[in-house]
Amino acid sequence: MTPLEAIGEGFKALGMGFSALHWSNLLMIGVGLFFFYLGIKRDVEPVLLIPIGFGCILVNIPLSEMMEEGGFLRIFYDAGIRNELFPLLIFVGIGAMTDFGLLLERPYTFLLGAAGQFGIFLTLLLALALGFDLKEAVSIGIIGACDGPTAIYVTSKYAPHLLGAVAVAAYSYMSLVPIIQPPIMKALTTQKEKITVMGSYKKTVSQTTKIFFPVVMTILVGFIAPKGLPLVGSLMLGNFLRECGVVERLSKSAQNEIANVVTLLLGLTIGATMSGPIFVKPQTLLVFGLGFLAICLDTVCGLLLGKLLYVLTGGKVNPLIGAAGISAFPMAARVVQREGQKYNPKNYLIMYAMGANAGGQVGSVVAASIMLSVLTKMGIG
Amino acid sequence: MGKWEIGLTLLLVGVGGTFLVLGICSLVMELLKRIFPYKEER
Repeated sequence: MTPLEAIGEGFKALGMGFSALHWSNLLMIGVGLFFFYLGIKRDVEPVLLIPIGFGCILVNIPLSEMMEEGGFLRIFYDAGIRNELFPLLIFVGIGAMTDFGLLLERPYTFLLGAAGQFGIFLTLLLALALGFDLKEAVSIGIIGACDGPTAIYVTSKYAPHLLGAVAVAAYSYMSLVPIIQPPIMKALTTQKEKITVMGSYKKTVSQTTKIFFPVVMTILVGFIAPKGLPLVGSLMLGNFLRECGVVERLSKSAQNEIANVVTLLLGLTIGATMSGPIFVKPQTLLVFGLGFLAICLDTVCGLLLGKLLYVLTGGKVNPLIGAAGISAFPMAARVVQREGQKYNPKNYLIMYAMGANAGGQVGSVVAASIMLSVLTKMGIG
Repeated sequence: MGKWEIGLTLLLVGVGGTFLVLGICSLVMELLKRIFPYKEER
């Protein structure tokens, strides 16, 4: 090769990313930019959407080999997503951030948290009906847990190729709860039910009970559904650090440093699974549609159980708090408070709704744990 | 076992199991509240 030819080849190497560009890469770069817009301008889950958006842009620039073996993003993916570590670390942080006291004030609200998971299983059947295989259907159904880390944990186990779609759907719908839930709440409850006042809030839970809670939950759920123990155990570990009162440094680290670093890496890596040629297909739209349905079904079932409690207690429970039985914490509880006040400005449902919402958090990990254990017992896993 | 059988099993055991586990949790926590009652701080 003459020096002139070498220089010519050198110039050809510049901009080679353009020559390998696929239209779907361009589309996904647009999606990444749209996430920036949502995060920065609309304040929609910026802590997640900014790293997801950036990861999405990085992986859609051709020939960078970011997700190839040994690539920058691939290292994070292997270190924290493929082995399900990142969602578990996030759970330690969530556990340390969550005060389950409001749930323990009225333990019956655990049941609202159970009803709020119904959508997972119904959506799973719908996904099967639409032609997804069982593992994909499980991963799509889990969007109904309305719980990002649980969705990521289960999907990375069963259908890693759907991880980007499931994670984005789960987090997007969590942030859209204030738009999704109110019409369903309005349609499913009567005026009389909506204006039910639940009385003033009174503290009844001792610190000892709060300390026992994570330990009891870990042992109980661990023995019943051992395959889900990583989920329950990490959530309860974080909560135990918070409540035991003697490891404040660890609790603060779990809430701040660990949660922040892992959120950044998790977001970046989720974005990195959104490579255009893999992500842009009709299947992704179906995942989004089914995820939306899952959260609607969760809300419906939570409200129906709320209505049942209204009847059983002789009108002492406002059925609207059933909508907070999903795991989007504390968004769903705020929606209940806002909607309750819309119909009765003197009604303060927030404390009760926060209890149900904390029940939803526990409910989502319990439902996932049961699902994982049943699937393992059936030889799928 | 076909995917529909597994799906239906998951629906029944999943929903039933979640209610059962959380029902037991609520009873256990209610019991713990009685064993360790809240004492108002002076």
